[in-house]
Amino acid sequence: MNYGPIVFLAAFFALVSSWYGFVVKPQFQLGHMMPTNTVPGGVTYPTARPGLAQQGLQVYRANGCYQCHSQQVMQDGAFFEVILRDAGTNLPSMEAAVRHLAPKLAEQPNALENLPKPVLRNVSKEEADRAIKLLNASGGKAAPWVVAAGPDIERGWGKRRSVAEDFLYDSPVMAGGQRIGPDLANVGLRQPDINWHLRHFYAPAAVVKGSVMPPYKFFFEKRKIGRRPNPGALQGAQELGIEPGYELIPKQDAIALAAYMLSLRADAPLYSAPYSVASAPPAQAAQQTNAAPAQGATQPEAAKP
Amino acid sequence: MSISSSLTSPSAPQQGDVPRYAAGWVLLLALFISAASWLLLGSVFGLISSIKFHSPGFLADPAWLTYGRVRAAAVNLLLYGFCLQGGLGAALWILMRTGRTAIILPLMAALGACVLNVGVLAGLGGILAGHISGFEGFEMPGYAAVFILAGYMLVGVSVVLTLRARQNDRLSVPQWFLLAAVFWFPWIYSTASLLLLFLPVRGVAQSVIAWWYTANFQLVWLGLVGLASAFYLLPRILGRELNSRNLALFCFWTLVLFGSWTGVPRSAPVPAWIPAWSVAATVITSVFYIGVLLTSRATTFGQCRLAWGEAGRFSSFGLSALLFFGLLTVGLTAIGKNEWLNFTWINAARFHLLAYGFFSMIIFGCIFTAASDFFASPLPRIARAQFWLAAIGTVLLSLPLAGAGIVQALKLRNPDIAFVDVTKATLHFLRLSTIGDLLLVVANAMLLFYLVSVAIGAFRERGRKLYQTATAEVVR
Repeated sequence: MNYGPIVFLAAFFALVSSWYGFVVKPQFQLGHMMPTNTVPGGVTYPTARPGLAQQGLQVYRANGCYQCHSQQVMQDGAFFEVILRDAGTNLPSMEAAVRHLAPKLAEQPNALENLPKPVLRNVSKEEADRAIKLLNASGGKAAPWVVAAGPDIERGWGKRRSVAEDFLYDSPVMAGGQRIGPDLANVGLRQPDINWHLRHFYAPAAVVKGSVMPPYKFFFEKRKIGRRPNPGALQGAQELGIEPGYELIPKQDAIALAAYMLSLRADAPLYSAPYSVASAPPAQAAQQTNAAPAQGATQPEAAKP
Repeated sequence: MSISSSLTSPSAPQQGDVPRYAAGWVLLLALFISAASWLLLGSVFGLISSIKFHSPGFLADPAWLTYGRVRAAAVNLLLYGFCLQGGLGAALWILMRTGRTAIILPLMAALGACVLNVGVLAGLGGILAGHISGFEGFEMPGYAAVFILAGYMLVGVSVVLTLRARQNDRLSVPQWFLLAAVFWFPWIYSTASLLLLFLPVRGVAQSVIAWWYTANFQLVWLGLVGLASAFYLLPRILGRELNSRNLALFCFWTLVLFGSWTGVPRSAPVPAWIPAWSVAATVITSVFYIGVLLTSRATTFGQCRLAWGEAGRFSSFGLSALLFFGLLTVGLTAIGKNEWLNFTWINAARFHLLAYGFFSMIIFGCIFTAASDFFASPLPRIARAQFWLAAIGTVLLSLPLAGAGIVQALKLRNPDIAFVDVTKATLHFLRLSTIGDLLLVVANAMLLFYLVSVAIGAFRERGRKLYQTATAEVVR
């Protein structure tokens, strides 16, 4: 390493290789990614967010929300449940099979009623396959049920891990690297009430006790109530510390950001991140995409984001 | 000519040297003063963002002071205002000293520094106005990125020409580290700017590029410039050769070959081969850290007192911080705990260790040693206080954040603990780290105060002389 050109070439080689590996190659693989289909359901996923939610994404970016919130659900793995759908007609044989698989369940009275019900929980694929074979051989109908596992899933932050498709139509992609606040990958699913979000932006600590989120009062305009209250004003402003006679009008940024929150629902079951869902008609399955639900949707305020 | 033969001459050069380099000295002073100003401003923003954990409502009402923007301003001012500019200044100074030459095209470098500072200023304004890019550590908007790149390249030309004008034929260790670094940044920065800001790619390919850029800037570029400075300063202070050239070569290769592949977290929502490669590369970078450990140990062996003395302690602390960073990064990756530490304060702790504990500390050492060159005197007395404040500040910032990260990770693993309680458990640590932030503000203010007083003194006493030599050189 005595001469400049050699150092230059060495560094050049090292940089080219990592540049090819992490810039060019992912671009070949991910840059032309197309929407996929949900499994089951066969519904196109994802769909672009509605316009208001896309504006909200830019508000999210402009205020650096990604500094505190991730949008990635982590998953440790998956386990299987075995669901018995139908006991069939050969009940003694079925009882014997259930007793063999799940002695505790078999001891309960009416073990074979109120179907479908899970016979086995938290088992591997091999064990599930063996049990299904046995149950089906006894004349019943059993099916496997895939459940994603991991603390994030148990915390209710998602049904499955986040995958590349979830971010397909977002720019910039803000998957986040910190969880000073909770993960938001599925916040629209947990908390579909737009009014809750608006109130939470204005005074987080008043809505979620112990929250360290800073208030975003600059998203709102405080006005004296005129001859007639503004229909767009925030409901229950008094509980947020607003004097009587005044009302809070959310600005465009707040409404867009709240719409973006509602559009955050990455729960479509996919081939690359499977989990079982109750078979739903296609119309309902379509709801499981990124599309925002109707704005009037309300939910009890007990749920935490 | 080897590195130390140019340095075994008394560490403080003769008075006669100074006028010869006069234009260069003015340039260096300007670079260091503007870098230190951004550093101070960035640490003030860091302190504000830290205080927000004591009271979320603190300065929350003006939109430009909301946490997300202030935090981005703090990180980006540290990286682009101080590290980039201070690193370029240190590079010019080291090349000037090791090559026994004047800085070539100082006016062009000065113009570059102006453009760079305009870029940082525009970037700061953009971030506070909400024009954040959305990628951590790369938050300045496109219009600022253009200036930063152009400014860097103008200074970079001067760096390369100064290296070419060296009087030693065989490249010394710091020289080759700096040569690689000077070309590294424009490539990664232009790639990231183009593919993330101007023609954004689709979907998570953005995240992969952002991770790649972050690793290449924060580990490789800072690593190359920081190590070049430490490998220049330590042998010079100890009055011996770097031990050894081959070990330094090993550090260089492992850093550029493997460091440039790190950075993608294990749980990233991208095709599995990308995090797999990245994790493998992170584990292999352990040999880089071992190389740094062996090099610095072999170089300072038996001279620990001097290595931690007045002048050497900046480099020694910096190298220790780098090794601690490596231990944390490789250790957590290798034992497979990376995934659950992924979204925690550990990342912030690691960032401060690298950007402040390692890089900035070594650059402080360069700045004070350059000043002692300039005055042909021992290190200024303020260096001691500045070092201890900065060192204790770094420790008080990084350790509590690492502790907060581990507590947060453990509690996040348990879904029975409500999320609010997880955050609450980290608050004591975060509040402790505010003291660290405060000490850093004071340390950075001292650095700026010192540099400004040097500038005032120098201009008052030697102003005319400096001006004459500078213009004479330019005219020639």
